[in-house]
Amino acid sequence: MSAPSAVRVRRALLHLVLAVVAALYISPLVYMVTTSFKTREGAGSTTPQWIPSPATTGAYREILDSADSPIMTWFANSLIAATGHAVLVLATAAPAAYALARLSFRGRSTIFTVVVATLFVPPVVLLVPNFLIVNELAWVDSLPAVIVPAAAGAFGVFFLRQFFLTLPAELEEAAELDGCNRWQIFTTIALPLAKPALVTLFLLSFLTNWNDFLWPIYVLLSPDALTLPAGLGNFQSANTIRYDLLMAGAVIASVPVILLYLVAQRWVIEGISRSGLKG
Amino acid sequence: MSLLTRPGGVEEVAFAASSGTSARRMNRWTPYAFLAPYLVLFAVFMVLPIGFGFWTSLHEWDITLPSKPFVGLGNYADLFDPSSVDGSRFWTAMRATGIFTVASVPLLIGLPLLVALLMNGRFGGRNVYRAVYFAPYVLGVAVVGFVWRYLLDGNIGLVNHYLGLDVQWTTDLPAAWVALVGVTVWWTLGLNAVIFLAGLQDIPRELYEAAMVDGAGPLARFRSVTLPGLRPVSVFVVNATILASANMFGQSYLLTSGAPADQTKTAIYLIAETGLRQFDMGTASSMSFVLAGFLMCASALVFAAFRDRGRR
Repeated sequence: MSAPSAVRVRRALLHLVLAVVAALYISPLVYMVTTSFKTREGAGSTTPQWIPSPATTGAYREILDSADSPIMTWFANSLIAATGHAVLVLATAAPAAYALARLSFRGRSTIFTVVVATLFVPPVVLLVPNFLIVNELAWVDSLPAVIVPAAAGAFGVFFLRQFFLTLPAELEEAAELDGCNRWQIFTTIALPLAKPALVTLFLLSFLTNWNDFLWPIYVLLSPDALTLPAGLGNFQSANTIRYDLLMAGAVIASVPVILLYLVAQRWVIEGISRSGLKG
Repeated sequence: MSLLTRPGGVEEVAFAASSGTSARRMNRWTPYAFLAPYLVLFAVFMVLPIGFGFWTSLHEWDITLPSKPFVGLGNYADLFDPSSVDGSRFWTAMRATGIFTVASVPLLIGLPLLVALLMNGRFGGRNVYRAVYFAPYVLGVAVVGFVWRYLLDGNIGLVNHYLGLDVQWTTDLPAAWVALVGVTVWWTLGLNAVIFLAGLQDIPRELYEAAMVDGAGPLARFRSVTLPGLRPVSVFVVNATILASANMFGQSYLLTSGAPADQTKTAIYLIAETGLRQFDMGTASSMSFVLAGFLMCASALVFAAFRDRGRR
């Protein structure tokens, strides 16, 4: 190191730049939270109020009490839908991915090719026909419509198959010699080893479903059937001027994903950056 | 490891004896049983809709009407006739999609790459910065749309206040495009940044050391080591970003509602409104296939461009 002080100055500058940008970056979310604790007048003030004065939980009480926006029902719907969807993705994609990675059978490469090929089909072509199919199944305006169809996506199978291929085969061979059948090998050996991939896929599926907007706003209609993003979408058109209420609603919709993100940040980021999922 | 799991001679004999029975031979239907639950979903909600959607596009198909007359390629002909109502709407929407894609993609590639380069080093707090830049992406577009609608409010918004402007970000052009692109950059910058960062960390250190030994300066190292090293990741990022921008929906729906005069109503927004609100599903399906055609051409161009550069 010929000039340690120059290195130190450069490092300090880097920190300064990154910290300033990070502060700017997070400020809209800070403002969202502070506004949710403002009065109606405070939220509509023309001079920015970073600290609410007076601070109040009035906005939360008002939206929780409002009969036209059953926000806790939306919250429960979102929780059921996102959990149900993530469980369905794991339950169907994991055995399929295992079969495609480990079992040999006629048609394996054809099935895999067809499944992977659909990764290149623009999802927009599925929009109208899936609405018609969901309508045939009498799922419009009910949670199965937002839980099931998206689980047909090839991503989960593709992602888990890649992971199963990286696992050493010796343990499974040993279990086979011990007389385990394929299902036992899958559940007692392969699945526990794949836990990191399963957790990542669960988190990504949960987040994607929780945040999904386009499909739920068209396929869910009655106020009690909506998920949070869909409900808030309606809520916005009715309350354009009540930013205190909008921000309280936005905070309620953000809390679960932010908590999940704080707890599992590493898995979410590693999973997305390594697998290259695009939302 | 292999010693433990490879059976010795005695067991091998025992194994050979039992191999004719259940232990070794898998029931030939077992793999299909593993696949069945997924394949049912795949057939009903992926394969069927692709065909069914095309079939729908050949009809005048209204979900609320019993008769769905076959019109052949009539819906497509309407779309390619700019003087028809559907045609003019569709190309206005395609234009909006094109403007947004062209305006957003360079920023959604360049800025995340810059952030990834800044974060690509060993220093304290790097993971904290990474977590902060990524944070908006875990929020849904509904939350993002709300927050920015407030911040961009023409009368009381912080953006106008701090910039000393008096711009109607959600109803005027070109301000609405600036707002839609800016919000999208804020929302998704972290996604491409973490992917680029992962790509940067996969470039072997020795390559940089070798370049330094050869006397390459920082700029030369960037051009001869970093950029080529990022090529595999870049193909993916560029393609996925173009597709994401060309499918932009929520920002427009929540911030501008397509205003002014449907100038910011994107193609997917028009398709959703036409098919799922007005129930003109034949027209909407034909629109979705034309849009899909454009998207697949765009992807093909991206892959071709990166392949050519690889050969050179």
